[in-house]
This record gives sequence, structure tokens and C-alpha cells, in this order.
Amino acid sequence: MAWETVIGLEIHTQLATNSKLFSGAATAYGAEPNTQACEVDLALPGVLPVMNKEALRMAAMFGLAIGAPVAKHSVFARKNYFYPDLPQGYQISQFDRPTVEKGEINITLGNGETKTIGVTRAHLEQDAGKSLHEDFQGFTGIDLNRSGTPLLEIVSEPDMRSAKEAVAYMKKIHELVQYLGISDGNMAEGSFRCDANVSVRLVGQEEFGTRAEIKNLNSFRFIERAINHEVERQIDIIEAGGEVIQQTRLYDPDKDETRAMRSKEEANDYRYFPDPDLLPLEITAEFLEEVRKILPELPDQKRLRFKQEYSLSDFDAEVLTSSRAMAEYFETVAQGCGDAKQAANWVTGSLAAYLNKQELSISESPVSANDLTGMIKRILDNTISGNIAKQVFEAMAKGEGDADTVIESKGLKQITDSGAIEAIIDEIIANNAGQVEQYRAGKEKLLGFFVGQVMKASRGKANPGQVNQLLKQKLSG
Amino acid sequence: MMHTKSLSELSTALQKGSLSSVELTQHYLDRIEKYDSVLNCFVTVTAEQALNSAKQADVMLAKGEGNALTGIPLGQKDIFCTNGVRTACGSKMLDNFIAPYNATVVEKLNACGMPMLGKLNMDEFAMGSSTESSFYGATKNPWDTARVPGGSSGGSAAAVAARLVPIATATDTGGSIRQPAALCGVTGIKPTYGRVSRWGMIAYASSFDQAGPIAASAEDCALLLGAIAGFDEKDSTSIEHDVPNYTAGLNDSLQGLKIGLPREYFGEGLDPAIASVINAAIDSYKAMGAEIVEISLPNTHLAIPAYYVLAPAECSSNLSRFDGVRYGYRCKNPENLDDMYMRSRGEAFGEEVKRRIMVGTYALSAGYYDAYYLKAQKIRRLISDDFTQAFKQVDVIMGPTTPTTAFKLGEKSNDNISMYLADIYTIALNLAGLPGMSLPVEAVAGLPVGLQIIANHFEEGKLLNVAHQYQQQTAWHQQMPAAFMDIDKG
Repeated sequence: MAWETVIGLEIHTQLATNSKLFSGAATAYGAEPNTQACEVDLALPGVLPVMNKEALRMAAMFGLAIGAPVAKHSVFARKNYFYPDLPQGYQISQFDRPTVEKGEINITLGNGETKTIGVTRAHLEQDAGKSLHEDFQGFTGIDLNRSGTPLLEIVSEPDMRSAKEAVAYMKKIHELVQYLGISDGNMAEGSFRCDANVSVRLVGQEEFGTRAEIKNLNSFRFIERAINHEVERQIDIIEAGGEVIQQTRLYDPDKDETRAMRSKEEANDYRYFPDPDLLPLEITAEFLEEVRKILPELPDQKRLRFKQEYSLSDFDAEVLTSSRAMAEYFETVAQGCGDAKQAANWVTGSLAAYLNKQELSISESPVSANDLTGMIKRILDNTISGNIAKQVFEAMAKGEGDADTVIESKGLKQITDSGAIEAIIDEIIANNAGQVEQYRAGKEKLLGFFVGQVMKASRGKANPGQVNQLLKQKLSG
Repeated sequence: MMHTKSLSELSTALQKGSLSSVELTQHYLDRIEKYDSVLNCFVTVTAEQALNSAKQADVMLAKGEGNALTGIPLGQKDIFCTNGVRTACGSKMLDNFIAPYNATVVEKLNACGMPMLGKLNMDEFAMGSSTESSFYGATKNPWDTARVPGGSSGGSAAAVAARLVPIATATDTGGSIRQPAALCGVTGIKPTYGRVSRWGMIAYASSFDQAGPIAASAEDCALLLGAIAGFDEKDSTSIEHDVPNYTAGLNDSLQGLKIGLPREYFGEGLDPAIASVINAAIDSYKAMGAEIVEISLPNTHLAIPAYYVLAPAECSSNLSRFDGVRYGYRCKNPENLDDMYMRSRGEAFGEEVKRRIMVGTYALSAGYYDAYYLKAQKIRRLISDDFTQAFKQVDVIMGPTTPTTAFKLGEKSNDNISMYLADIYTIALNLAGLPGMSLPVEAVAGLPVGLQIIANHFEEGKLLNVAHQYQQQTAWHQQMPAAFMDIDKG
């Protein structure tokens, strides 16, 4: 039987606000437990939430970026359930009136085709605290630092048909929220995680199969593996004559399997109702206009522009727009040196390789965009050759100064004086009489050998173009 | 006779220096000491703190830095968080809870230099109309200690009636300021929803709860309301609306004032004796030049059912935070998490609180939400519309605050429906967010009766003016329960 997989994702993005969604407490990661929880986050008697406008602005930015209407009128609702790390006994979220309505996003499939994935909605909500089960004999420790941190929950349509598509979509959203500057996207710290709704059906079947929800996936690798595992599990059940039951499952990366957390029957009745402590959010046209003004160029727009403006290949445009910092770096270099091709080659080549090896991000690059610009200028004005430039780059990466400093201190300036180059050539010809004879007898391939010798003798500094030209003259003469 | 003086008289004496805040505070502490064992108005008396604050108030007064409230002591309803002082909200659940911060109301009154005498008794989590549901025992009505003082702000109303405090804070969700004020023969005002910050006021039903003063007169209420009203950035539901000088308008003429009498407030269920004294009060207004208009609030009969869906729905969620995890009561030796939740809440909440949590949980449940919660919200709008229509015709609405005078302790504690009906005239305006007040008129068989006045949103000034004018013409508000007036240091 041929099976089709159907996947929808609920992505939880922690918004990069300085303070919490409804309190003034800080949101920084990694503080001592309970040092970033004020009376509101602790849900003391009598406290009240006050909306963080910055979070609203960020949600609106996301809405504009995916072409979704930003609701003029949205409502915070209480989702009621008991859990020790949920101090209020309810989560303030949005239920039937989310701030961001239906939008869409394009992903690129493995075969290069583009597919549009629907985004059902995105809503603001507060995160819970953390329960710490280790280190407390017979007790559970509660850390409320994360309690009240703003999340944007981005809910997709069930539009994805494979784990790979799900990952591509997740990556696309990940890239977008970072581009927008509304999330640091740090998956290890839980700033970007998702729940995957997975079901299978026979190819050609209209209705969806029964779905399972896999909770809290926080790496691209786990998402792919968890979904693939879940798909196999469901197919096995159905092919063995069984029925998939609707339930919530957890992925165990150590065992590479999902297991049941709770079934639909045990699910909470969350008793949603509008939070009477918060007024409905009214979003004005002026507010949206302000947000539109600060909206940065989006990845897809940037890729297109790079291809047109800098004549880049698809591949280069993709790599150079993989993050906003990368794109800014490239543009600084391209505009500074005036040669986009050189800029692209260096950024996607030596720089990318170096950063990769050192496990650094572009913003941590020891070679600044200005340094790289300075170096490429020296290639363009023939002060150094492309080959020598690699040495200069290495030296700059080691912190030995800018290109001019390195060229000066290491004596790497290219030899362009014909007299000096001729002197080296004469010596090489004199020392390699046999090869000269063969060359003159028609073995022109030996030109490479002579070039190599000359470059070696000049320690790479001779201008390769001149060397070629002069060698040909002398050898033929 | 310090305790028979009005706030403005006391204030004048304090400003002149003929009376110190320490003397005045000590006088009230002595009265509490002497009488509160009978009345049980106070859950906590903060004598030492009060005297320290009084000393500071005297310094302020000496420097001429005070205002009309500086140096005047008060009682705080135990629903307001008071930094460093137990804030129990009438519940075993919070019996061990020392608030680490001040409610905005408390903060503002502290800043005025008003010494806090202590925390006043109330129905558990403000749910009740008799103060009998308090974990700390019932408060007694000073007019007849076999009777209830009303509730939930029974401690506040009884303490003012017995002059154990010159003035008190209170809160009103369905009548909790006006009903006890009526039953204790004192004056109380429930402001427009959003007029006074709810920050630090322990929530019962967030979309109804509103703080206000209970005092001996409208004039005294005006002074305190002016000090606590105003927008607070910590409360998203507080409203940015100018706070007028409530004292300045007290003496405006009532000539031509249009008073609406809703026929639904004078029908079946109203004690005829009460109807009679209320009508007499309305005649006084006629004599002052007011015009009487009969009106209708046709959805009045829906107010109680709608309220008893919406308020419990909100309360079921608001009280979820009392889970034994971070503060408050936790059961002994819980076996597991569920056991801890169930026993902590089961052992620490009283009957009425549990009843409302269950009612509210039910009303919000999947499959019932539309039939109960949403329907009640629609009724809420209808009731609000009734008032909107009425205020097109009249300036204020009048009627009885309660259908009966104070009932006996224990009389209704096993009959919650009849207890709920004690709020039949007060609840509708909480649904509409309107301001209302209660002031004493002629007593019936020695028990106080309250006249309720309702005005349009943010017309507290009008209410106070209308009430004050009556109190200029009559002396009912100066009646005091004799049993508690005998000691006098002068």
C-alpha cells in the first residue's frame, strides 16, 4: 500500500523582549533559579498582568512578514490547568481571537521546486516555569525564571507531506524570526521548539488519518527522526489491522522512538475564557504602519535582489542570505570593494570554511567585513595575487592586523617590475636547459612547469599574468 | 468624643495641632481593644505599626506637609495586600500569608500619612453577604450583635458603625460595600469599575471587583475616594479619567435633579417597612427640588443568575493559584502532586468558596460554555443597556439597598439561595460597571436601612453630592449604636 504522511507544526518561538509578556522581570537565559521572577510571575495574590507592547510589535512584524492580516481586535484568554510550574493555575494565551491571522510561507523542496505552506495563525502566550526533578530528594524544584516569558506560537496548516518538508518549513520560520530580530532562535536554550502533528493516510484518500502530537522537539535532526519514526509506527499499526489513537507522544532521542504521554480521553478541559484582567488588544492602522516601517528586507526578497543586483548564482545567493548578519557582511564587502564576484567568492569560500572549522558565527568572525574589503582591494589593484591573498587572509584571521599591515610585515607585495621578473625567468631557463629544449620542440605543456618554478623562486609574489607573458616570449625566443 | 467627629473636623484639629495623630490613633486602638472582642471586626490589629505611622504623620503635620487625610487612622479590609502584614482574605488558605508588597490603595493611603489600625474581617475571598464565611469567625452587627453586619465587607461596615475606625476601605463585587453599609447604618460608595486600581487587591471576580470607602458620611467618603481613585499603570483595567475634587461638588443644589425609581426595585420581596422609609427619603429629595421619574430596568430579574455564572467562572480561575505550591496552606504529608492539590485546597477553602469554584468550573467546561458563560455575558450586556436607557431620562436612580434589614447570624448560612437574594438590588450595577452608594435612612425596628443611589459611569461626584445633601437635611447618618459609644475620653 502506498502511504502519504500529513504533518502540521506548532512552533513556539520565544520573543526577544527584555522583559516578560505581562511583567517587568528580565527574560535573560541562565540566571540562578527564581531570581528573575517578580510578584506577577510568582502569581502572588492580588497581582495583575500588564501587556508588554514590544511583544505585540514583534507579533505584528511576523504577521506582516507572512502576509497575514494582523487582527484589529485580539483577545487574551486564560487556559486553565494545574501544574506546579504554572503559578497562576492558568496560562494567558490567545484562543479564538489571535493577533496574527492566516498567512503563508514558501519552502524550497529537494528537487528545487517551491511549495507554499499555510500558516493558520500565530498567537501570543506566556511560557511556564521549569520543574526540576533531580537534586531534590523526594521533592520537585520549581524555577520560575521562564514563567511569563513571551512566546509566539506559530500554527501551520497540515500542508507538509514528509519529515523533510517539515524540517524545511521549520528552518524557514527559524530564519525568518531571526531576520525579523524577534527571536534569537536558540534551540538549545528552548527559544525555538515545536510540536508536530503527524498522521498517515493512503495515497488518494481525502480525509486525514488520526493524528498523534509529538511534543517539544528542539532540534532539526530530532524533528526529522521523530516524524519518520512516528510515521513508521502508525503505518505498522494500520497494516497490522490496528487503529492509530489520538494521543500526545514524546520523542526520546536516546532510544530514537516516541512514546505515549496521554491520550485524548485524559486530555485537560482547559476552560478557555477571556482574561478579565486584560483589555482586548486594539491594533490601529497607525501602529501597523509604524511596524511596517521597521520591517527589514525579508530573506526571499533579499535572495532575489542579490541575484539581480550582484549577478550571484542561486547557490551563492542562498548561502549569502542564510542570516541577516551574513547578508550584511557580504553587502559591506561587495559595496566596499566594488567587485561582488570576488566578495561572494571570499565570503562563501575561505571565510565560510574558516568560520565552519572554528565553529564561529558570522558575527563572531575575527576578520571584519572592512578587513576583507581592504584585502580584496589589494587583489584588485594587483598589490597581491589571489594566491597570496589566502596567506593574508589566514594572517588576518589570526589577528595579525589588516591586509596592508600583513602585506607589509610579511613582504607579500606582488612583484610587477618586469625587470625583476625577467631576471628570475632567465635564471630558471638557464638552470633547466633540458626542459627548454623539450618545450621548444613542441611540448608546450611544460609552460606550467616553468610558471611554477618562477612563482616558487619569487615565493609566490611574482604577478602571475606577467610571468606567463614574459615566459612565453623568452621560451619562444 | 473624638470618634463621633467627622473626618474634616478631625483633620482641622490635626492641622491646628489641637489633636495629634498619636492621640487619635491610640484612642481608636483603645476602642478596638475594648469592643472588638464582642464585634470581631478585626482579623489583625497592627497597633505598633499604627502608632509609628501616627508619629510620622505628626511630623508631616508639624511641617505643614500633610493633606486632609494626614494623621487620620483607618482600617483596611483584609483583601488588600499590606507589606509585612498578614493578608488572609478571610481564608485558612492565606492564614500564614504575609504579603511582600502593598496594594495600590494601601500605598496611596500610606503616602497620605494615614496610620493603619489593622486588617478588617470579611467573607472568605469576599464571597458572601454576611461575613459568616470568614475563617476568623463572623463579625457581629453593632446594632444587634445577634445579627450579621452584611458582607463581604462586614468588618469594615461594623467597625465604622461602632466607631472602632473613623473610616475603612472595602471592596464590592456584587454589593459587598453597599449591602453591609446599609445593614450597619453607615455610608459606602462603590466607584465605577476601573476608577480605583485593583493592584494588590486579592481577586474574586476580576471584571466586577472594585474598591471604595465605607465611612460615617458621604463627605468622609468623598475625602477618601479622592485619595484612592485614579489610573494605575499596574492595572490594565483601570481607566485614565480625571479625578475631580469630590469635596468641591458636595454642596451643589439638587434643584431639578431627575431621580429615577425603577419599579422592579419596589416590587415583591421588599419589606413594606423598608419601602416606607425609602419613600420617606425620596420625599426629602422632592422637598429639595428633585423631580421623580418612574423608570423600568426590565432585565433586573436576570441580574442574579447572570452574576452567579460569571463571578464564579472568574473566581474558579482566579483561585487556581492557591495550590499549596508557593505560599499559603499546604496539607500535611501529601502522597503525590494530585493529593497535594486536592487536600490543600479541600482542607483550606470553606464551603461557599468551594461551591463557587465548582459552579464556575462547570460553567466554563467544554459543552457548557455557550449555554452558561456566553449567555450570561449577553445578559450582562442587556442589563447594561437597561441602565444606558435609564440614564437618558434621569440623573440618578434610587431604591432600597437591600430587601430586608440585617438578618440573624446563622439564619441563612444553610440557605445560600436566600443569601444570594440579599444582593438583589446591588448586583445589577456591578454587571454594568456603574458607581453606586448606600446611605442610612430611618431605621426600622432599631435596625438600619440603606438608600441606594446609582449614577452613570464616572459620576461619583454626583452620587456624593446627592447623598451629602440628604445628610445635610437629616441626621440618620449620625445615629450610633449606643452599646458601643459609652466610653469617652473626650
